[in-house]
Amino acid sequence: MTERASEIVKFDNVGLRYGADQEVLSDLSFTLFPGSFYFLTGASGAGKTSLLKLLYLAQRPSRGGIRMFGRDMITLPRGDLPDFRRRLGVVFQDFRLVAHLSAFDNVALPLRLAGTDEARVLKAVKDMLNWVNLSDRAEARPEQLSGGEQQRVAIARAVIARPQLLIADEPTGNVDPEMALKLLRLFEALNNRVGTTVVVATHDVQLIQNVPEPLIMRLNKGRLSDPTGALRYPPARSRPTTRAQSPDRNPFPRESGE
Amino acid sequence: MNAKQAARLLPKTRFGGPIPWVIAILIALVVIAASGGLALRNLADNARADLSDAVTVQIIEANPQTRSERAQAAASALASQPIVTSLRIVPEDELVSLLEPWLGASAGSQDVPIPALIDVELASAASASEIAGLQAALDRAVPGTKVDAQSTWLRPVYDALAALQWLALALITLVAIATAGAVWLAARSAFANHRETVEIIHLLGGTDAQVTRVFQRSVGLEATFGALLGVAIGTAAVWLLGQQFAALDSGMVGGATLALEDWLIIAAIPIAGIVLAMLTARVTISLALRAML
Repeated sequence: MTERASEIVKFDNVGLRYGADQEVLSDLSFTLFPGSFYFLTGASGAGKTSLLKLLYLAQRPSRGGIRMFGRDMITLPRGDLPDFRRRLGVVFQDFRLVAHLSAFDNVALPLRLAGTDEARVLKAVKDMLNWVNLSDRAEARPEQLSGGEQQRVAIARAVIARPQLLIADEPTGNVDPEMALKLLRLFEALNNRVGTTVVVATHDVQLIQNVPEPLIMRLNKGRLSDPTGALRYPPARSRPTTRAQSPDRNPFPRESGE
Repeated sequence: MNAKQAARLLPKTRFGGPIPWVIAILIALVVIAASGGLALRNLADNARADLSDAVTVQIIEANPQTRSERAQAAASALASQPIVTSLRIVPEDELVSLLEPWLGASAGSQDVPIPALIDVELASAASASEIAGLQAALDRAVPGTKVDAQSTWLRPVYDALAALQWLALALITLVAIATAGAVWLAARSAFANHRETVEIIHLLGGTDAQVTRVFQRSVGLEATFGALLGVAIGTAAVWLLGQQFAALDSGMVGGATLALEDWLIIAAIPIAGIVLAMLTARVTISLALRAML
């Protein structure tokens, strides 16, 4: 019997309601393990975005307990939240780019907020924009970018700091299938080489089909089902391998042993 | 994140908001009020210094010969008092010239009895008991004399000047409160306008301190512009008023000048305004951030 891996996220009987309305999430209990790659699916209105908000610490639950990175998030003081948020990468459904900043500055934002040396910021952002094919759009502001370009900027921003947990809400909704696959490979590289735990909320069945034996969390009317049985114990195979491998240079080279 | 990068987190306002202009007006008002208050203080201090250590002795006697003799006797009695440092019997022709503007040519007539006056300089500002002691000594030597402490004449003027100084201080306090209020409203408005950006910064791991610094820097720049403009307007107004008062050529108003230390206080006003605006912005943004997760 293998030793149980430490959890990166643990929900215990979590419920969420907005104001006095009915609960949008009910009785969620699950565990996410380091280095795993999960898809979150469900119909519109099932509560995917609400669940992701809990994961990226934009919302506290109405009831239940949440532990992340070994700490109780319910009692965590506000002042400690930034440290935990810096361990996360988030791709928002509506991108949430800073409107007056260029694509370059948007992607650089997490590193600069973390106080990273500017020389490292410049190199990392340049590499990342190159990976998402936006090198020539680095100085464009979000309003000057197409929906797909904005989405790629949002993804680049989410992954540039090599987060421990990547949360992506419909990250391929505005890009063509070829770019969607490329972005999935980016997440895979982050997952495989950096060890980032990835949660991708998506309607894109084709995207999921690119991953053999995907680990799926399914939400239905605010309740979670576990069709692949991977949530309560460390999955035997947590990292996906896309069917089509890319010859593109990977932005997350292994630290050693490549 | 360095200051330049932090500044770019919010779009440049290019002084498009009300803050620089409101602060300019309020700082100009404070400069004028403070200058007025300081000038009044100097005026009162100068007058008090001139008058507080002097008394005037009146000898009322219709007969010129007797009046002169009584004045001499009173002067002798005063000279023996330890508090008296010097005295001078005011010559009659000097008294006549002083009264001429009111009494005309008849001031010099023997038909108009003029009291004899003795200007007495004291070692220090006399207390009421010391004035009473002088009066008692004179009553023993020359009955019927009257001692007037010159500072007593001007007490209502001093009181009025003091009231005006308090008024200036109250005005400065009110303007400071108005400045803080204006910055509070503007900072809240700016925060509301940029709430989306603040939320993004928070979700990307930005701290309250980083967000607060961005707003504080923005308000600081606007307040600096407004304060410099305000102090220029206020100083120009004070200079013009000074020219007008100087043209009055009045002895008392001539004491209402500003010394170097007064100008240093006035120079500190814009700095105080900027600090007040930045502190207000800091508190406002900190409180607003606490309402967010």
